[in-house]
Amino acid sequence: MDEFIHQVFSGLATGGVYASLALALVMIYQATHHINFAQGEMAMTSCYLCWALIDAGLPYWVAFLITLVVSFALGVGIQRFVIQPVEKAPILSVVIVFIGVLVIMNSVVGWIFGYTIKSFPSPFPEQPLFGNRYLSSHELGVIAVTFMVVGGLFAFLRFTPLGLAMRAAATNPVSSHLVGIRVNSMLALGWGLAAAIGGIAGMMIAPIVFLDPNMMVGVLLYASAAALLGGIDNPFGAVLGGFILGILENVIGAFIIGTELKLTVALGIMVITLLVKPSGLLGKPVVTRV
Amino acid sequence: MRHSLTVSQNRFVRSALTTVLACSAFCLTACSKPKETKYDPGVTDTEIKIGQTMPYSGPASAYGTIGRSQAAYFKRLNEAGGINGRKINFISVDDAYSPPKAVEQVRKLVEEDQVLLVFQPLGTPSNTAIQKYLNTKKVPQLFVSTGATKWGDPTNYPWTIGFNPSYQLEAKTYAEHLLKKHPSSKCAVLYQNDDFGKDYLKGLKDTLGAKASMIVKEVSYEVTDATIDSQMATLQASGADVFFNIATPKFAAQAIRKAFDSGWKPVQYLSNVSASIGAVIAPAGMDKSVGVITTAYLKDPTDKQWDNDPAMKEYLAFLGKYYPEAKPIDGANLYGYVAAQTLEQVLRQCGDDLTRANVMKQAASLKDFAPGLLQPGIKINTSPSDFYLFDTLTLAKFNGTTYEPLAD
Amino acid sequence: MQNHSLSMIGNFINKSPGARWGSTPVAALGVGFLVVIPFALSDYQIFQMTLIVANSIALLGLNMLTGYNGQISLGHGAFYAAGAYTTAILMDKFGIPYWLTIPVSGAVSYGLGLAFGYPALRLEGLYLALVTFAMGICVPQVLKYKHFEAWTGGVQGITLMKPDAPFGLPLSPDHWLFVFTLAIMVSLFVAAKNLLSGHTGKALVAIRDNPIAASAMGIDTPRYKTTTFGISAMYTGIAGSLCSLAIQFVAPDSFQALSIGFLVGIVVGGLASISGAIYGSIFIQFVPHLAENISKAAPSAIFGLLLIAFVYTLPYGIAGSIKKLQWQYQVRRSAAKGP
Repeated sequence: MDEFIHQVFSGLATGGVYASLALALVMIYQATHHINFAQGEMAMTSCYLCWALIDAGLPYWVAFLITLVVSFALGVGIQRFVIQPVEKAPILSVVIVFIGVLVIMNSVVGWIFGYTIKSFPSPFPEQPLFGNRYLSSHELGVIAVTFMVVGGLFAFLRFTPLGLAMRAAATNPVSSHLVGIRVNSMLALGWGLAAAIGGIAGMMIAPIVFLDPNMMVGVLLYASAAALLGGIDNPFGAVLGGFILGILENVIGAFIIGTELKLTVALGIMVITLLVKPSGLLGKPVVTRV
Repeated sequence: MRHSLTVSQNRFVRSALTTVLACSAFCLTACSKPKETKYDPGVTDTEIKIGQTMPYSGPASAYGTIGRSQAAYFKRLNEAGGINGRKINFISVDDAYSPPKAVEQVRKLVEEDQVLLVFQPLGTPSNTAIQKYLNTKKVPQLFVSTGATKWGDPTNYPWTIGFNPSYQLEAKTYAEHLLKKHPSSKCAVLYQNDDFGKDYLKGLKDTLGAKASMIVKEVSYEVTDATIDSQMATLQASGADVFFNIATPKFAAQAIRKAFDSGWKPVQYLSNVSASIGAVIAPAGMDKSVGVITTAYLKDPTDKQWDNDPAMKEYLAFLGKYYPEAKPIDGANLYGYVAAQTLEQVLRQCGDDLTRANVMKQAASLKDFAPGLLQPGIKINTSPSDFYLFDTLTLAKFNGTTYEPLAD
Repeated sequence: MQNHSLSMIGNFINKSPGARWGSTPVAALGVGFLVVIPFALSDYQIFQMTLIVANSIALLGLNMLTGYNGQISLGHGAFYAAGAYTTAILMDKFGIPYWLTIPVSGAVSYGLGLAFGYPALRLEGLYLALVTFAMGICVPQVLKYKHFEAWTGGVQGITLMKPDAPFGLPLSPDHWLFVFTLAIMVSLFVAAKNLLSGHTGKALVAIRDNPIAASAMGIDTPRYKTTTFGISAMYTGIAGSLCSLAIQFVAPDSFQALSIGFLVGIVVGGLASISGAIYGSIFIQFVPHLAENISKAAPSAIFGLLLIAFVYTLPYGIAGSIKKLQWQYQVRRSAAKGP
């Protein structure tokens, strides 16, 4: 029983990791209706930037804020200079561009910083909360930060005029343009926000998994599974999906199938969800006009 | 209104364009002239051609630095006049850690570039893919850069010789120590789900023999896993008091830290691929790694006890001059350097007889070769029946600051 | 919305229903050239050509599914691996001759493709892409699974022997394998061309561009979609078998980034195009070498840059751009002629 609780809790911790990146994926999808395969690498790059700032002597929160601003700018920059030129191309060509960005970022960061792992500081205290053995303070912190971000994201998208404009621009660019929404600016804003959220995700994840150029590769896959599971158009869904995936993966891996097929388990969960409820657990079914 | 081309002629022109383009592309590949053959492929009075495949891209690109450090080594060697007046032409190409690509690249090295030998190809899958080919073509597959035990098989594969101490030898060293010091303990094993982890596990079980039931829990992980928290929870729950940490640096560090944070304090054996102080122990936490046992055959550049060691100082100076972008903290660079030194020794032993057969003969005649960067007491020895360069390893224990030899 | 651009390419290929035999003499010339040229090449170069030819079959398979039928698959590496391992296991464990394994591996991959085609009916666009992506990533793990190890050889993989030329023909094994691969490729391409030029091809494109209108017109959408999945998987599986014969080795690690490579291949080669499969195959064979020659320090970064540059300059791929140029030329000439 103790082991089961332990597995559930570490599933929550891993789930927090998936959920935080899944949020960035949801953000980019809401803003552009694309899944950005390079999101993980962008988060990783932001994290290295923060590490470099801290290494240069800046205090954690200053480095954190600077990184957020720079990540935002990076996201806007990528949208403006890399994505916008191929807007009119077939969707698969855009996917190839994402892959190109992914590969470039991974390679350049590895070349500059090397491949040995680096420890990344956590803003949370060292001692586990209430002295518990299951979750470190940082892991709890990740969960807390994830909920804060998801709340903020949800509020922004649902209750602010700017969020509405962004969603409109993604759903129907032509009509949005006609009512006066600056579609390109909305897309750039979406990318910037997604990059910033990704940066937060990276900085939350790195203390757990250690900073190295390949740290996001595995996480991205599970994060996409989480986003699909929970509903790609619903931030709460993505977070819920993340936690469910983390727990299921751990419990099934530890007690039922064994750790050798964990990826297959994730795939199985995805497929079953999509067959039973195609829009994800909390997603809204998409209705198309015929 | 007349169209100048009919519809069918249109399609003809389009297809013709297609075919011409396709054929030109094939032509471009075909029109590179094959090289003339010499008596010793790859060797002239002034040059020795050495081939290598290395993952410069792809999932294992972190190890690409080995190839670069070796290229730097040969550059320094050439500047000092080469070996017996011959300069080393080092052709190192990318195989992206993919066996099909490795086969393709090695065929190119052997058939097009006509190299004398293939030096330190990296990765067990890639090497398994090229082993049969190289042995059939009688080209030395020299100092394979992985610890898989199967490279030391002169009867079946006389043209293949490994370099790293085999994983099974390392596991044997740990298991023997275990049997001596903790004969009635319960063991938990964390291993990477690939040839590296599985080879180790086999070595452990083979050495423990009848007492293999001491392993109460063995759990694997994939490199695509984000964390190994779940695996560690399972291992801890097994009640084991000995822990075999058979993982690559990132996951080994996670395991060390997680064990400590969860209050689990087993006797911990750590695979030597993850023994680096700077790259693994420090990120995991120096205080959290006290008592970790490993084997070491190379000196650790991040271990302060070698700060004044002449061989280490020479190596660091070499890095600064010939490979300045290198990260000194990365033990892979030091490993590449030592392997290159060993190749130099073999080529020197060959003298002017630079046939492939003699290369293998000399590689199998290394006697007490001990470059300065090997740990004290470790020597390289080979013979026609012993294709393992390292036959014993010494154990060391981390004391919070550095590794000290483990008293027997 | 996202199929709009794919349908624009569809317009190019559906221009001329008749006169499809005009291209045959040219294609025959090309094949004849390919049959003759190996006598002038080294074994290594023939080997490279074999890989290009085999991979073009895989790309054609994927193009059928994604380019013509609009079902995005990022996991075709799974079918490739299925074909490769079928051949390897049959040859290694059962001693079946290599040429017999090809139809078997085709059948196995076809079955797998159908099996995946059914659930895929419920997944659209992005969701299908992600699920197939996950499927592609799972393949190495499944192959390494310890309960299958007796068959698959686990992480160590299976080594194969390259077949010698039959009937004592004076051809090297590499040359014979090239001829064998070329023969299979030509027959598969001809079959695909017939399929896609006829009413099946039109049905596929109709389903891609407007599935609802297509089914309203009486096209049995589910049947076409699942069958296409099956055929696409079959082509890719056969390609996997042929490549495993050429490389003489299969291992779980051989299939990592393959699916992404195939996607790059069909986009660069040209979606919804048969010749595009050949261009794409040439691209993925040689451009990584090119990137490596440009920069040893970060060859992946150079490859990424080349990819992006390619998509910018030729967004419809090589075949698409050729057709576009052709079309523009035609329009200009007819405009110059006047009424």
